Amino acid sequence: MSAAATRLPDQSRQSPAKQPVLLSIEGLTKHFPGRGGRIVHAVEDVSFEVRKGATVGLVGESGSGKTTAGRSILRLVEPSGGKAIFDGVDLFSLTPREMRAYRRRLQIVFQDPFSSLNPRMRIAAIIGEALDARGFPRGKKRGERVAELLTLVGLSPDHATRFPHEFSGGQRQRIGIARALAVEPEFIVADEPVSALDVSVQAQVLNLLSELQKSLGLTMLFIAHDLSVVEYLCDEVVVMYLGRVMERGPSRRVYATPRHPYTKALLATAPIPDPTRRRTHVALHGDIPSPINPPSGCVFRTRCPLALPACAENVPPVEAVGGGQFVACIRHNETAS
Amino acid sequence: MAAVAQALQSEPNILSRLVGRRTSLIGIIILAIIAAAALLAPFIAPYSPSKLSIASRLHGPEMAHLFGTDDLGRDIFTRMLYAGRTSLTVGFAVVVFSSIIGIVLGLTAGFFRRLDQPVSRLIDAMMAFPDILLAIALVAALGASATNVVIALGIVYAPRLARVIRASTLVIRELPYVEAARALGVPTPVILVRHVLRNVTSPLLVQGTFIFANAILAEAGLSFLGVGISPDTPTWGTMISVGRQYMDQASWMMFFPGAAIVLTVLSLQLVGDGLRDLLDPRLAKDI
Ligand SMILES: Nc1ncnc2c1ncn2[C@@H]1O[C@H](COP(=O)(O)OP(=O)(O)O)[C@@H](O)[C@H]1O
Ligand code: SF4
Ligand SMILES: [Mg+2]
Repeated sequence: MSAAATRLPDQSRQSPAKQPVLLSIEGLTKHFPGRGGRIVHAVEDVSFEVRKGATVGLVGESGSGKTTAGRSILRLVEPSGGKAIFDGVDLFSLTPREMRAYRRRLQIVFQDPFSSLNPRMRIAAIIGEALDARGFPRGKKRGERVAELLTLVGLSPDHATRFPHEFSGGQRQRIGIARALAVEPEFIVADEPVSALDVSVQAQVLNLLSELQKSLGLTMLFIAHDLSVVEYLCDEVVVMYLGRVMERGPSRRVYATPRHPYTKALLATAPIPDPTRRRTHVALHGDIPSPINPPSGCVFRTRCPLALPACAENVPPVEAVGGGQFVACIRHNETAS
Repeated sequence: MAAVAQALQSEPNILSRLVGRRTSLIGIIILAIIAAAALLAPFIAPYSPSKLSIASRLHGPEMAHLFGTDDLGRDIFTRMLYAGRTSLTVGFAVVVFSSIIGIVLGLTAGFFRRLDQPVSRLIDAMMAFPDILLAIALVAALGASATNVVIALGIVYAPRLARVIRASTLVIRELPYVEAARALGVPTPVILVRHVLRNVTSPLLVQGTFIFANAILAEAGLSFLGVGISPDTPTWGTMISVGRQYMDQASWMMFFPGAAIVLTVLSLQLVGDGLRDLLDPRLAKDI
């Protein structure tokens, strides 16, 4: 995948495109057992790459399998198939014991700031648990390190002795970030880290993540259902629907020239931060179908304004359309606007 | 699920809130008096618990013997203080023992998907027997002694604790803070204690209170039926059991230990109800 050649010239973010691939997801699949012996197709044959130092956005409506994809990569749920090649090693082929050695290199920040911190533990103990995981020695240095981490995420060292319920949602999210950073990870999954926060504090937490990502050289998988957030933060974007990848590519390309009808619909319903940009309005009707019985062929066809009978026959292949952009739609040739 | 998580989170200041409730406070005060009386028995008791006095046998309540004397002329008030020690100790030991079994079974069933079925079956099977019948059978099999009464009652009450802990564990297991610990590579036994067990202490506390009350009653019941602790050891139960034989002539022999049991059990119920009300009512359904 060579995204560099076609990046738009006015881009402000430093391009990580020349960096080596840190994480390569190949055919990631996760099925959950559903009621009555049926199968929940939460994630189906998802592939994408994350270059070192890059931020990749994973977007899609609620229920499209973003969280499950993120959890599978970290093996917080056992994947049903595929590979996650991290720094040359397929994480999915590791035994649980071997995986533990990798855990501190990949961390996660959760969506819900209220249930992501143990209510019975003080902040020092919560971060201390992460320091333990990294093998940080006990003693005076440890308190200093906790203070350092709290400062890093914009909190005060005094906060260490408090309990989670004494903090606001935004502060809790900062504590969650500090915990993840305590093990000095290379890769972080941020699962909708601001969607549960007040709008007024969302930007602060996003800025914090963005700054930390740059200053610490983190690689990030940023999950969101809000496309404007992703546009601001991400180098690449992967659009998921009902467990599958619909479209992916460099953010700027996907935002400027979306090729998949689903991406177009998502962009049409998203608030447009840049009023000069024109977007064709394609309304997204109805609800996302059940992953227990996904539509045959293209999973988006039940809601797609361009659907043809042929769309029901085969799962559309993910095809390169140039500039590092990939689309899973049999009509992608007609959708270039 | 969010509501349960919330209820579990509200737990840290639950004891201070409990004291703020009048009925719970009354329960706590009565329990404190009874416990102090039992604990300080050697200092409070006017007589030796085993001092015989044939001359003053079966005296009714009088200045010399506040609660009267028994068939061997022993001071009932004194014996009740010492009996309280045994009864409360047995009750508390049953709570501890059943908690250990209940925690192990409940955590195992709730946390490890594969073990849920077999362990839950075991729990259900244990609960299928009527409490007192199972206790009688167990004491009969083990032999009548204070230790065996504790073991038997511990086994009898463990399954209901296991159920409550399993239910809470099923919820907590899915919470992001447990997942965060797993993402850090925290070993499973540590997760079970630090993250799960620590957050099931409230339902454990509620259940423990009720089990305490039930155990004191059940110990008395076993003694009354003659299958419990030996009548030579004073417990409130054995005192009633002996007093029954003199019911017509010396009703105080049964009345005072009986009153002690009723008072203790009622107080424990008041405290337990208070605890339960302070928690999410949804959690209370299982109880
Ligand atoms: N543990 C689970 N068991 C069964 N189904 C699940 C589980 N976790 C998620 N799912 C299902 O998988 C689908 C994708 O969920 P999720 O990954 O949470 O989507 P998203 O994060 O995009 O909202 C949903 O239909 C959800 O109900
Ligand atoms: S393959 Fe068919 S149904 Fe799917 S997005 Fe393309 S046109 Fe729509
Ligand atoms: Mg999600």
